Amino acid sequence: MSATEEVPAVPVLVQAPPRSAMATWQRGALVLLGLAAALAPIFVLESFQLFQLTMAVIMALAVLGLNIVTGYNGQISLGHGAFYAVGAYATAILMSHGDWSFWATLPVSAAVCAGLGYAVGFPALRLGGLYLALTTFSLAVAVPQILKHRAIEDWTGGVQGLFLVKPDPPSWLPLDADQWMYLVALGVSAVLFLLSWNLIRSRVGRALMAIRDNPTAAEAMGMDTATLKTRAFAVSAMVTGIAGSLGAVVIEFVAPDSFGFGVSISLFVGMVVGGVASIAGSIFGGLFVLFVPNIAEEISKAAPGVIYGAILILFLFLLPDGFAGLLRRLAARWRDRAAR
Amino acid sequence: MAALLEAEGLTAGYGQTAVLHGLDFAVEERGVTALLGANGAGKTTTLRAVCGMIRTGGAVRLAGERIDGRATEEIARRGVAHVPDGRGTFMELTVEENMRLGAYTRPNRAEVDADFERVFGYFPRLRQRFRQQAGTLSGGEQQMLAISRALLLRPRLLLLDEPSFGLAPLVVQEIFAIMRRIREEQGVGILLVEQNASLALDFADQAYLLETGRIVVSGPAADIRRDESVRRSYLGY
Amino acid sequence: MDGLAHQFIAGIATGGIYASVALALVMIYQATHHVNFAQGEMATFSTFIALTLIQAGLPYWVAFVLTVVVSFALGVAIERVLMRPVQHAPVLTHVGVFIGLLLIVGNLTGWVFGYTTKVFPSPFESEGLLFGGLVSGHELGSTVVTLAVLLLVYLFFRHTTLGLAMRAAAYNPASSRLVGIRVGWMLALGWGLAAAVGAVAGMMVAPVVFLDPTMMLGILLYAFAGALLGGIDNPMGAVVGGFAVGVLENLAGAYVVGTELKLTVALAIIIGVLVVRPSGLFGRVVLSRV
Ligand SMILES: Nc1ncnc2c1ncn2[C@@H]1O[C@H](COP(=O)(O)OP(=O)(O)OP(=O)(O)O)[C@@H](O)[C@H]1O
Ligand SMILES: [Mg+2]
Repeated sequence: MSATEEVPAVPVLVQAPPRSAMATWQRGALVLLGLAAALAPIFVLESFQLFQLTMAVIMALAVLGLNIVTGYNGQISLGHGAFYAVGAYATAILMSHGDWSFWATLPVSAAVCAGLGYAVGFPALRLGGLYLALTTFSLAVAVPQILKHRAIEDWTGGVQGLFLVKPDPPSWLPLDADQWMYLVALGVSAVLFLLSWNLIRSRVGRALMAIRDNPTAAEAMGMDTATLKTRAFAVSAMVTGIAGSLGAVVIEFVAPDSFGFGVSISLFVGMVVGGVASIAGSIFGGLFVLFVPNIAEEISKAAPGVIYGAILILFLFLLPDGFAGLLRRLAARWRDRAAR
Repeated sequence: MAALLEAEGLTAGYGQTAVLHGLDFAVEERGVTALLGANGAGKTTTLRAVCGMIRTGGAVRLAGERIDGRATEEIARRGVAHVPDGRGTFMELTVEENMRLGAYTRPNRAEVDADFERVFGYFPRLRQRFRQQAGTLSGGEQQMLAISRALLLRPRLLLLDEPSFGLAPLVVQEIFAIMRRIREEQGVGILLVEQNASLALDFADQAYLLETGRIVVSGPAADIRRDESVRRSYLGY
Repeated sequence: MDGLAHQFIAGIATGGIYASVALALVMIYQATHHVNFAQGEMATFSTFIALTLIQAGLPYWVAFVLTVVVSFALGVAIERVLMRPVQHAPVLTHVGVFIGLLLIVGNLTGWVFGYTTKVFPSPFESEGLLFGGLVSGHELGSTVVTLAVLLLVYLFFRHTTLGLAMRAAAYNPASSRLVGIRVGWMLALGWGLAAAVGAVAGMMVAPVVFLDPTMMLGILLYAFAGALLGGIDNPMGAVVGGFAVGVLENLAGAYVVGTELKLTVALAIIIGVLVVRPSGLFGRVVLSRV
């Protein structure tokens, strides 16, 4: 993960192979390993498990979107489920009313969500951390009601929602529709993760974090904080919206009550548990959001929510930098020991 | 008999930076001790350390009892009143409410009411401003309010951080005159931080001169006032 | 015309509920500068406690008082256990703890008391409507109770030493410590009071909307809206804002958008206030000279 070269704490006595060559070699192996690990489930998992993993990938992408604006830019959103819902509905409406292909709906969904995020970003500029959290929380609560509303019923299918059909895999691939959807979700997510990673490491990314950590100083240094913040909101909403599109087509169904404020809360929990302001953390967050409620249900059938909440608070108390932070520290300790 | 306040090897700082490097000083019962020094010497920090507003090392004793490491509110409840740097006014509240807060720890309403009258005797202006929002008081009036708040605690020890700060010379004279009265009438010990060294040395029995967190000169105030070289090199008058 | 008058009065009745919850929010905001997202869930939990006590055979008002006391204690405990350890953490952590609390309390309610909708008794049952059909016994009674609670809270904050100390601790913790106020306990007390006021609101609204674990979610939004409209740092403003929002909601529901968009109306009010007048109608601008 870490691309920064760490300087050994003690002089290396044994002649090591040239560092960069080693790093390239390692990185290549890592990429191959990762690729194999990512593709293996297609051949290993049962179709339901594969479906779950697909959803975990999608959740990871949605958490990534939230992380961009909340983790990296410090604008607390408790309403990202709204963007997820809009993305899902954009794809569902175009596919079921307009017979569009899934791929064709993606840019539309992305554009709509980015536009919406941009629009939300403006009032957000005037709201301090807490007020923004409060407003987006209200948005999250109001979403199902808006989706159900009569005025847009013809498009949204009202309470009943909309059905859609997974795209078929290309005929030259020996895969069924579920396997293909996993690949699609994985591919789209991988591209967006890479782009986000680049964004965060760029000047823009550093500016976003500077604004989060010290808005006054950022402004004094001549950063256009308003523009950066609204754009961060747009990008963030777009990423989460695309996750929504993927989610709609994987589940083949959208309905208002599946986009209650629980979705927003899940994304927030995923971000905290995975690691605030961490790209890799978003992946852990996605896995957590999808699998932990199931595991929690094993422990106590009655109240997975209680355990969910308890885990959230435990993380905030004990591991405020999330799972990603824990791994980072373990890795650092391991490297220290290896260097000694 | 032990002194009212005794500090021994007192250290303190903010975060990683140490500001006080082991101070020893004392305030006698009913005595006035002045703490002098240039800007940034650590005078305010010393007062903060005494009443537990920052983390400290070393020992602080109030009438023989250790108070270091205790919470500020507990130290206040043991009779240490602090007129802090910046006066600590409750801006949103009225003058009356500020004064009531000063007496917060005292259960006896009648005694408190009597003390209100006594304080009005010192600062008649506060009576006129009684129902006014404290944030609208002038600087001098806020200083009077801060001293009143501290007195209403019925302290054994009064910590005063630059009571003359920002006040007109006449008002400064007034306030020092009142503090003399307070000292005689109420029997409190005073630890006084003051930029106006001549004024402080006139008022105090003991004085300590602080330079970058260390005591460089100490002794009876009268001696220090007479010491030409100290006056020249440290006090600048 | 009668219809309008009734909508208006019904709005006042629900507005009273919003006002109580808004007041609870503002009390915590004043004490800690936080908005407790779990306030609604806590109130629902309290209402279930009341129902359990009533079903166990206690007279209504005994159950009422017991519930308020227990809720107060729970509020204090929550502050001590959950908020204390993170008091110096960034806002994101606080929001996270509130969300965790919301999940825990909300789901605990369903777990302990069940998910079915329950009928909650009103102590103000009356035959039909009073005053020529304008108002029901419960509407009148709950408004009176709400106003009584608000008055008590007002008197407590204005005219008791403890209330004064709580305000002082919120405005200026450092100076408060210097006069001997135990600031940490003032925060806990604020939480306790807020929980108690929320419990009353829950018990007053439950006969109208019926009791289930999600009862307060929509009410919380309206309370937010009311608190913001009045000015989040102004208890009296929150009360006025709560009543105003209640009337607005009822009129809008009856004549403008219909009942399906009630939550959206709350959202619109929240955004409207924050964008147009972030300090609310009565938000205090502190006079100060430096
Ligand atoms: N809150 C703080 N955080 C960090 N450093 C501080 C803080 N307050 C004071 N300092 C530092 O501690 C040192 C001593 O400050 P202090 O306020 O005690 O000085 P002082 O003697 O009261 O000066 P003055 O006469 O200007 O009031 C200074 O170097 C100052 O920069
Ligand atoms: Mg000072």
